[in-house]
Amino acid sequence: MNFLTYLISGISLGSVYAIIALGYTMVYGIAKMLNFAHGDFIMVGCYAIFSIVSATSGSPAGMILGVVAATVICTLVGVTTERVAYRPLREAGSPLAVLITAIGVSYLLENLALLIFGSDPKSFTPVITWSGISIGALRIQGVTIVTIAVSLLVLICLTWFIGNTKSGQAMLAVAQDRGAATLMGINVNKTITMTFAIGSALAAIAGALQCSAYPTLTPYTGAMPGIKAFVAAVLGGIGSIPGAMIGGILLGIIEILGRSYISSQLADAIVFGVLIVVLLVRPTGILGKKIQEKV
Amino acid sequence: MKKKLVSAVMTVVMTAAVLAGCGSKSASSDTFKIGVIGPFTGGAAAYGNAVQWGAKIAVDEINANGGIGGVQIAFQAEDDELDNQKSVNAYNSLKDWGMQFLVGSTTSACSIAVSEESHNDNMFQITPSGSAADCVNYDNVFRVCFSDPAQGAASAEYIGSHGVASKIGIIYDSSDVYSSGITDTFVAEAANQGLEIVSQEAFTADSKTDFSVQIQKAMDGGAELVFLPIYYSEAALILQQANTMGFSPIFFGCDGMDGILGVENFDTSLAEGLMLLTPFSADAKDDLTQNFVKKFQEEHDIVPNQFAADAYDAVYAIKAAAEKADIKPDMSVSDISEAMKGAMVEISVDGLTSSGMKWDASGEPTKEPKAVVISGGVYTLAD
Amino acid sequence: MKKIKLSKEHKTYIMVIAIYIIVEILMAAGVLSSHIKGLLVPMVYYAIAAVGLNLCVGILGELSIGHAGFMCIGAFSSAIFSNLVKDILPGGIRFLLAFVVGIAFAALFGFLIGIPVLRLNGDYLAIVTLAFGEIIKNVINAVYLGFDGRGLHASFTSASAMGLDAGGTTILNGPMGINGTPRDANFTIAMLVLLITLFIVQNLIKSRDGRAIMSIRDNRIAAESIGIDITRFKILAFTISAAIAGAAGVLFGHNISSLQATSGNFGYNISILILVYVVLGGIGNIRGSVIAAGILYMLPEMLRGLNAYRMLIYSIVLIAMMLFNWAPGARKWRSRVFGRFVRKEAA
Repeated sequence: MNFLTYLISGISLGSVYAIIALGYTMVYGIAKMLNFAHGDFIMVGCYAIFSIVSATSGSPAGMILGVVAATVICTLVGVTTERVAYRPLREAGSPLAVLITAIGVSYLLENLALLIFGSDPKSFTPVITWSGISIGALRIQGVTIVTIAVSLLVLICLTWFIGNTKSGQAMLAVAQDRGAATLMGINVNKTITMTFAIGSALAAIAGALQCSAYPTLTPYTGAMPGIKAFVAAVLGGIGSIPGAMIGGILLGIIEILGRSYISSQLADAIVFGVLIVVLLVRPTGILGKKIQEKV
Repeated sequence: MKKKLVSAVMTVVMTAAVLAGCGSKSASSDTFKIGVIGPFTGGAAAYGNAVQWGAKIAVDEINANGGIGGVQIAFQAEDDELDNQKSVNAYNSLKDWGMQFLVGSTTSACSIAVSEESHNDNMFQITPSGSAADCVNYDNVFRVCFSDPAQGAASAEYIGSHGVASKIGIIYDSSDVYSSGITDTFVAEAANQGLEIVSQEAFTADSKTDFSVQIQKAMDGGAELVFLPIYYSEAALILQQANTMGFSPIFFGCDGMDGILGVENFDTSLAEGLMLLTPFSADAKDDLTQNFVKKFQEEHDIVPNQFAADAYDAVYAIKAAAEKADIKPDMSVSDISEAMKGAMVEISVDGLTSSGMKWDASGEPTKEPKAVVISGGVYTLAD
Repeated sequence: MKKIKLSKEHKTYIMVIAIYIIVEILMAAGVLSSHIKGLLVPMVYYAIAAVGLNLCVGILGELSIGHAGFMCIGAFSSAIFSNLVKDILPGGIRFLLAFVVGIAFAALFGFLIGIPVLRLNGDYLAIVTLAFGEIIKNVINAVYLGFDGRGLHASFTSASAMGLDAGGTTILNGPMGINGTPRDANFTIAMLVLLITLFIVQNLIKSRDGRAIMSIRDNRIAAESIGIDITRFKILAFTISAAIAGAAGVLFGHNISSLQATSGNFGYNISILILVYVVLGGIGNIRGSVIAAGILYMLPEMLRGLNAYRMLIYSIVLIAMMLFNWAPGARKWRSRVFGRFVRKEAA
């Protein structure tokens, strides 16, 4: 009985990781860059929703407006960041330089939020107010169901988009081989900008769901979930969209079960320990493709 | 070759200039200099900012009323990002500025690291909120808040002697000095009080979003009271999650819990019945508190918490002791510290966190924690 | 004038020694503020860690974002040692042995982790090192270690659960960490360690082993085909890199009396901070790492006057520096503006 309760908690937490990991893996798989600022895009989205919901005193219309506005703002932030900070370095061909710049962007967003909104935590008004369903003594929260539904929807849409549209195919090509894609007449920069736009919009949605499930908001809200989502994306296999989803949910379940049955103090060590073991057994993650190295 | 020589010489000159440029600053002898250290950026920024703003209000008030013994106070605050080494850097930077009294550091571990330095320099240090036992190891260091062991023991004693509950669940932050310090002594004292600890579950700074396991374990153990020796930002999340899980025991916190009603947009009905042992409540009706809360809100738009109140009292304690010992701004840092050590044990300060606060030579304050219960969205004094 | 040809390596030693002499002169002249004096040792240990990481990232070509974990091991093992023997051994020999202990432990962990992990590549390796660093931090926060007449005691629950005798002392107190470590580190020792580190790393690079390591970085398959034992050299480089980070950790642990395994000290963000030094100083450029670590550690401290805007400005400067250093547009602009300047000076 208790096991099922914990399992459901694990899935709730995992679904939040999963939706963040979906956005992460988009950027990570296609632009081949570790966007450490992704977690902070989530935070930007949350503050956008928070401000609009507060201004409209919590009306349902205000919430919808908030989520839409957050999506637009995050997309703009994502695309601008890509254009100003990442693209020049990508052209220089150094992935590490882009990584470091992403750290800089992460600091920048956190400290901007600190100056604008202050350091005090704010309580987020959940955008999902449905209390959920009960099966016997088991309760599944509304926000968990919505998060999983939204994650699945995003998963299906992304898979369709990448498989069936011209832009999606272009993304695949860029992910495979940037040079060859250019030769085939694909505008690599435009494709990567679009990847960032989608990834950042997903960050806004992930933010809305994360803060509905765990309603406290500070300038550092996105940092740790961002790292965990990165771990989830790697666990599932870098660049694999279903992998991100599975990785996220697994990570949540491992974290909760580890905490409940082994040790609450060592929960973090357990999560990362499992990650190491999985990667040793399957060096490219659960759904990752084995890439044959050629000379 | 010439070019290389030029560049080598340039490098040397520039290094020297950079290193020395920030050096000697003349100490003016017509003001007292009070320095504050705390985390103003990073995850703990809320606490550091509260300290710096609370101290600033006290300084402004004192300056407006003629200063310490007729001498105005200069004020400077430095960021330590919750890092011991940076806290020491901040201390050194303040020392260069000419600091004579230190209000800091805000957090325990930083405060311990800085006390090592202040002890070497014999600089007078009063930490508003460094609560670990080791913070006041040296005779030049005093504190305003309760020590962790005192809070843990006092909480268990209060729960036991008032018969609040007998089955206790604990949720604490095992990566935090403050939280684990209180937990240790609480558990020890609970045994003496005949309290049964049914669950003791931890979380860490890296995973503090989901508390369902910790709450579930307390629930399964049949806890009537859940002890939360943690800060209000995490406590707000725990209260929300316990509510959605349909668990409503008595929640009991320490001074870190103060501020929970000030979390912007927080549904205060969740905190109904929450008890906390705290020396300060922003809803107190006395003039001193109301005046302070009003000023704080005017300047910073938020309700002050106990960090701010502790810092405010720390500055007034400095004023009282400095006037008692008749300290002059042209005295050396070490002489000031010596005189302050003597004066601190003689003064009595009516502050925000207690009236008639006294200190003994160990650096600990004597004051009684007040048990406060939240009812109707405001703090009310429990008996 | 006879032209003295100095090698790249010698210039690095000269630079470090020159900085040391300048600082010592300034210190003797009393013009250094206490703030700067306090920054010297941290600056040097981050430079050492950066050199160690550069060996892994720049020379071996494997991205690690867990080097703060090795620093953590070095700091804690040596601090525990120093606390155990601080009443028995005199300062100098104690600190020397502390180095041996800290470096040995860091190297041991580097070796153990290196064996399975170096089978992975690229970002997968990076994430495993990150995971390792977080595990170390988490475990140290949960361990209690004490010493009494009957020997060492350890516990995973609380200090009281160790059941120490009346005269026993708690050394590692869970999240409260280690307090009262003797502060043996100073600028001279730190600079000496930096010089030894530079000596080891630069000689390794120039040696046969070093060329083997770099050949793995440049083309693994080609290196394998000419008979280079890839695993052996990867583990060699990784272990040395970890040991150097451990040495930096020893300095860290003995420069401050109160040591905790917090995210601010040894979290993944610190590993990344060290990586920032390496990348900004130039990947594979050992001297660059030293310079970048020095400048970037000083920068936020020098910006203290900006108060609330300090970290904001720091982040903007960081992004600007990266763009200025790496972006093709900025490089062109740089060579146009400064190129002319250099030519003029040379003429």
